[in-house]
Amino acid sequence: MKHTISVLVENKFGVLARVAGLFSARGYNIASLAVSETLAPDTSYMTIVVEAEDEKILEQIKKQLNKLIDVITVTDFTNKEHVDRELILAKVNYSAKDKTRLEILLNKYGANIVERKGSVAVIEAVGKQDRIRELLLALDKFGVKELVRTGRIALAL
Amino acid sequence: MIGAQILMESLIREGVTAMFGYPGGQVLPIFDALYDSPIKFILTRHEQGAVHAADGYARATGKVGVCLATSGPGATNLVTGIANAYMDSIPIVAITGQVKSFLIGNDAFQEADVTGITRPITKYNFLVKDVRDLTRVVREAFYIASTGRPGPVVIDIPSDIQQQNTEFVWPEKVAIRSYHPTYFGHPGQIKKAAKLISSSKKPVLYVGGGIISSAAHQALRELAEKIQAPVTWTLMGIGAFPSAHPFALGMLGMHGTAYANHAVTAADLIIAVGARFDDRVTGRTDTFAPTAKIIHIDIDPSSISKNTRVDVPIVGDAKNILGELLEQIKKRPDTSAWLKEVDGLKKKYPLRYKDGDKIKPQYVVEQICEATGGEAIITTEVGQNQMWAAQWYKHSHPRTFISSGGLGTMGFGFPAAMGAKVGCPDKTVIDIAGDGSIQMNIQELATCVCNKINVKIAILNNGYLGMVRQWQELFYKKRYSHVCITSPDFVKLAESYGAVGIKVTKKEDVRPAIEKMLSIENTVIVDFRVEPEENVYPMVPAGEAINKMIEGLA
Ligand SMILES: Cc1ncc(C[n+]2csc(CCOP(=O)(O)OP(=O)(O)O)c2C)c(N)n1
Ligand SMILES: [Mg+2]
Repeated sequence: MKHTISVLVENKFGVLARVAGLFSARGYNIASLAVSETLAPDTSYMTIVVEAEDEKILEQIKKQLNKLIDVITVTDFTNKEHVDRELILAKVNYSAKDKTRLEILLNKYGANIVERKGSVAVIEAVGKQDRIRELLLALDKFGVKELVRTGRIALAL
Repeated sequence: MIGAQILMESLIREGVTAMFGYPGGQVLPIFDALYDSPIKFILTRHEQGAVHAADGYARATGKVGVCLATSGPGATNLVTGIANAYMDSIPIVAITGQVKSFLIGNDAFQEADVTGITRPITKYNFLVKDVRDLTRVVREAFYIASTGRPGPVVIDIPSDIQQQNTEFVWPEKVAIRSYHPTYFGHPGQIKKAAKLISSSKKPVLYVGGGIISSAAHQALRELAEKIQAPVTWTLMGIGAFPSAHPFALGMLGMHGTAYANHAVTAADLIIAVGARFDDRVTGRTDTFAPTAKIIHIDIDPSSISKNTRVDVPIVGDAKNILGELLEQIKKRPDTSAWLKEVDGLKKKYPLRYKDGDKIKPQYVVEQICEATGGEAIITTEVGQNQMWAAQWYKHSHPRTFISSGGLGTMGFGFPAAMGAKVGCPDKTVIDIAGDGSIQMNIQELATCVCNKINVKIAILNNGYLGMVRQWQELFYKKRYSHVCITSPDFVKLAESYGAVGIKVTKKEDVRPAIEKMLSIENTVIVDFRVEPEENVYPMVPAGEAINKMIEGLA
């Protein structure tokens, strides 16, 4: 099962390597990882989506993260009220005859065309991951040529 | 002051009086500062010797051990020793030189990414990029190494930083906002544990290195006597409880005593303190203490519930928590029937070996124990020698058994003995060695002789990489693949280094040789030619339940 964990860390050189190394050394899988500064420039948030087979592994992951000297707090969103989002950029085929159909679809998902070049449009969409999944499925028939995603970010309420 | 002088002054303020190391291009400024320093510097013959010596020093004294090496190959030679200290939670600070800061990342001569290499085997590491950070880094390094669950810390210092000038400012306090080890147990959990203990009928205390690092041995003894419970220990826990105490069960696990393993299997309550349920201890985990509730006391939350189910976890310092428990336990459990049962197990499954005319390695260890009154500091190498030392030397004090537990590093025992002797010059320090292991850091003989660090090396020379041979005998149909090992003439070797060598081939010469070894004011190697194919028993085959032991004696 996937769990979202937010880790507040000292914004120091090597911290990302420490966190990433912890996961690789112990064979835990990271589904996604998003890192950025917080309001205070000396700390960063890492939002990590982990694949943990059971509660015990999730517990170990949290304990091991807490054990890292540079980790200030670890928040597990599994049973916590929170919002989470992901941003994607997708390159899709764009033709005059599909224009309206595409725009209706994008509207439904609150997505936009941010750039167009020739027969290609770059689409931006923000949402919860199941919404994003739906959108991507629907976009398939237009032909998605390339896709990048930020991974999930989350904030407790 | 320049960085190198700041480093020296900081080490002195941290109470460092001795350190071990080896020079090179990127630590020249530090060595120049050492030239005028009151710190006793021991020049080893290999950086691995230096780091193990710092480790042995730390284990014997309880202080932080310090070693120093140059960049690149000097630093990579420290890696095994750092990993060794990490696995056994030993506080050391390893200082490495680094190429000049503006050359980092350029594949400069003797550059290695030392913080990268040591990240997974240190509690923390630092790359100093500004000379003004140096005092704070040293303070934090010693603080992190020695508090909470102790461990090694690396400080990597580029040589230009060592030369830069700045004012010496000693930070009054260490404040690391993200690092707060828990020292006091949760009162509710302690109450729960006290209740479980009061209502138990067959409790066993299972203790490890945490007792020693937290100096909880006295509290442990009081608790054991108060609740009338037998005590078993891990390899790292040797010395935490007196071997001669009537409640002592000896070591448990793969080469533990049969009665300890049977007692754990029959117990209704396991009180684990400062031990981490290592696979060498538990054997098959689903059959470990199958009928017992488990209380687990440890300073590292991530050690709890990692390998086994735990009923009452308590995070904190062993000494504090045992003290709290002593107060909280109002009703003593009635364990008289259990103690009788355990005594029965001791009689039924004694630790034993078949003595004969030839020299048995167990006999040698017993004789060393007798000759030293059980009061020496014993270090070990790795393999059969280590297990025989653990089984047959009867320790009564903490910090007197020094052995590579978690990593199992051959070549550890001799340099560790050297470090222990530097830390405890009035103690007799003996490395119980194997003929294979001793050849891994034999170069340190020169260090010992040159610095008059008089350690004793007792080689249980079986002509084999004995522990591997034992596994090949038992599990690979006696196909002895590359385990027969030749050795130099240890007597001549010792002499050529300026040490003393004694060879023993007859049983009746064992004790006189030990007496002679102890009486000589020099480093002494005794080459005991022991029975080549003796095995370590009892033995729990890997992955078996710990009460399913091979006994070996027909
Ligand atoms: C550095 C290192 N290499 C390999 C091993 C694997 N190993 C464990 S015990 C052993 C044999 C040790 O031989 P010796 O020192 O003669 O001790 P004995 O078992 O014969 O007492 C070996 C090779 C190890 N523990 N450490
Ligand atoms: Mg051998």
